[in-house]
Amino acid sequence: MTIWTKTALITGFALLQGTTAMAGCGLTEGRVSIVGNEFPAIQTVAAGAAACAGDGVEVKSNLTADHQKINLAGMTGNPAEYTSAIIANSSIVALMNEDVIRPLDDLIAEHGADIPTKQLITIDGKVMAVAFMANAQHLVYRKDILAEIGVEPPKTYEEMLAAAQMIRDKGIMPNPVGGAFAAGWNLAEEFVNMYIGTGGEFFKPGTAEVAINNEAGVKALTVMKSLTEYMNPDFLTHDSNATSAEWEAGNVALMNMWGSRTGVLMDTEGSAEVVYSNTTVGGPMTVGGGTTPASTLWWDGWTVAKNISDADAKATFVALKNGISPSILNDETMGQAVWMIDGYQPAPVNDGVFAAIAAGTKPYPMLPYMGLLHTALGDNLAEFLQGKESAEQALADAEAAYTAAAREKGFLK
Amino acid sequence: MKHKTFFWFVFPSVLAMLVFIALPILSVIVQSLHVEHEQVIIEVENCGPFGCTQSTKIDTAATEALRAAQPLGRWAGLTTYFDRGHLALAEVSAAWASADGIGDFLGQLMNLPFYKAMAFTLTYTAIVTPLTIIFGFAIAVAVNSVARMVRGPLIFFTLLPMIVTPLVGSLILFWMIDARGIIGTALQWAAGDPDLSVKASTPLMWIMLMVYGVWHSAPFAFIVYYAGLQTVNQDTLESAMIDGASRWERIRYVVLPHLMPLTTFIALIQLMDNFRVFEPIVSFSAQAHATSLSWAIYNDLGGETRQLSSAAATSVLTIIGVSILLSPVLIRTWRDFARK
Repeated sequence: MTIWTKTALITGFALLQGTTAMAGCGLTEGRVSIVGNEFPAIQTVAAGAAACAGDGVEVKSNLTADHQKINLAGMTGNPAEYTSAIIANSSIVALMNEDVIRPLDDLIAEHGADIPTKQLITIDGKVMAVAFMANAQHLVYRKDILAEIGVEPPKTYEEMLAAAQMIRDKGIMPNPVGGAFAAGWNLAEEFVNMYIGTGGEFFKPGTAEVAINNEAGVKALTVMKSLTEYMNPDFLTHDSNATSAEWEAGNVALMNMWGSRTGVLMDTEGSAEVVYSNTTVGGPMTVGGGTTPASTLWWDGWTVAKNISDADAKATFVALKNGISPSILNDETMGQAVWMIDGYQPAPVNDGVFAAIAAGTKPYPMLPYMGLLHTALGDNLAEFLQGKESAEQALADAEAAYTAAAREKGFLK
Repeated sequence: MKHKTFFWFVFPSVLAMLVFIALPILSVIVQSLHVEHEQVIIEVENCGPFGCTQSTKIDTAATEALRAAQPLGRWAGLTTYFDRGHLALAEVSAAWASADGIGDFLGQLMNLPFYKAMAFTLTYTAIVTPLTIIFGFAIAVAVNSVARMVRGPLIFFTLLPMIVTPLVGSLILFWMIDARGIIGTALQWAAGDPDLSVKASTPLMWIMLMVYGVWHSAPFAFIVYYAGLQTVNQDTLESAMIDGASRWERIRYVVLPHLMPLTTFIALIQLMDNFRVFEPIVSFSAQAHATSLSWAIYNDLGGETRQLSSAAATSVLTIIGVSILLSPVLIRTWRDFARK
């Protein structure tokens, strides 16, 4: 072994050890290994869990944006490499489909009786995850520019389009609307929002047969196309990060954006004073006279792996419960998310998510085959927005792509 | 060499090829011929922070029993290869029957993911491979004729595009062609159109991907040719000069024939590499404009629900595609070899 590989290995081990701290939580043994997405709120939870490490208890975490690509593989073995995955309401489905997470009822009865019921994700009568934060997409607007054109913050997409036209006509901004419309996951998510707003159902009730090529689907796509006419022409390459950058650069005055990203837009870093001090959040918008907001509610929560010893499961449960206990909330962590934890005090950046919950926004569908539809939508809707094919054709393509995938996965005959 | 000695001489590499090449390919083929068991779906009530809803989930116990009985999944034969995500036989024949004219048929064909990916992949391969060879050769001849003093640094800088990681190299170009980037703004100025956007136009995006492809792989052709140029017989060159051959005639009749085997080698490697074009599509966020077979594999595996059989079938189709593409060059090489 060369000295370089040695150094690299030692550094690697040091980094792994870095997330291990000393304390207790009343545990005497067990292994806790967390995999999850990487953003400030989840780092806080992982740090709270790491506080339980100590004599005989090992706590480590692997937080990465690629968590969805590794969590299933890392929980399939026996014993599983990861004893817990931090997931959201869309990604828990992949873990449930493969049966790699365990029901938490026994552990809750023994060690978690004080976790509020609203945080428990119950599927078929069994608790499969514990949620700790909420997220949703909602309006973000520049109050100075809306004041300049004399318009109230839009409550519907139609009002948003009218306001965008006025901003363009007055020569304030050429492309005043922003949005994460990057082909792939983001574009599909925007369609899911809009389709729910038009009152559509994704599947024939009780089956895995897709049903999006209908009036609601065409209406949703038409509104999306109208929005893109007020967007930077590169919109099909703009994910949430690029859209946030456009906002911070002061090129955009209206957009539908994730609650978890508004903190960055409203802080003093990365943008001019006129941009960040005028950035304001509103509620989610409705579309076409509908009453259901064109948005989806999301929760983030943690699970416990199935293929691990009971001692490890207990250690994982207790450590993560500590990770979401009221003690993790302080001045720094309070604004990181819409926490579902007792003692949480909302900040103005979080208003949008609360407005989304109050407005009766639907949660993202937790169906075993929704992930396949999401992928099919992300691959097939861009051609309509580019003007290469009709809305009906794009929806038919998405349906056909989904059906081929669902057959292969055994959801359809 | 005795047979026994020969056997023990090649045994380690044969073993390595079996374990690291043949077995994985075999497992991919087996995977592509199977699909998952029929999922047993049950209706359940889901409750969470946002209330309760009626939903469905997979009956994991029933699925477990099916899996234990048939661990590989259901035998599907070639159905995955023929479904809409791949060769789409049913869709192609329907398009053939319904299309009025070849243009309409091709339009319908381009709506199918496999043929859309093939259209870009083949165009990319057909344009980037010869350009890489031409540029590589031109750079090699140019570098070979400059003063020895500056050759070292010059070679280093010429190799830079190949040294830069593909993902990073294409990201840099991606930012440069942004409407507010240096190349993007220059193009807007040159075309006199302030709304021109490379990222929003399919033809411009294709051109950009190919420009990147040539930029990235020309140094490879260059360094191979440059090494080859050092072995050109100086006596032949001198006698050609005495015979009054111009610089171009010397390159055409002495240097080029000498470097022909290298051209075959570069063409082989480049055909393989370009057929598997992948990184620039990801870094350019170009999936709305251009897809390739490798990108399709990545897309199948990157979703929340992994489509292993679909990815496996596309992988096998990629191997078949590479073999077809390489067969003319391989046959030619074999003929040359057999003649000797």
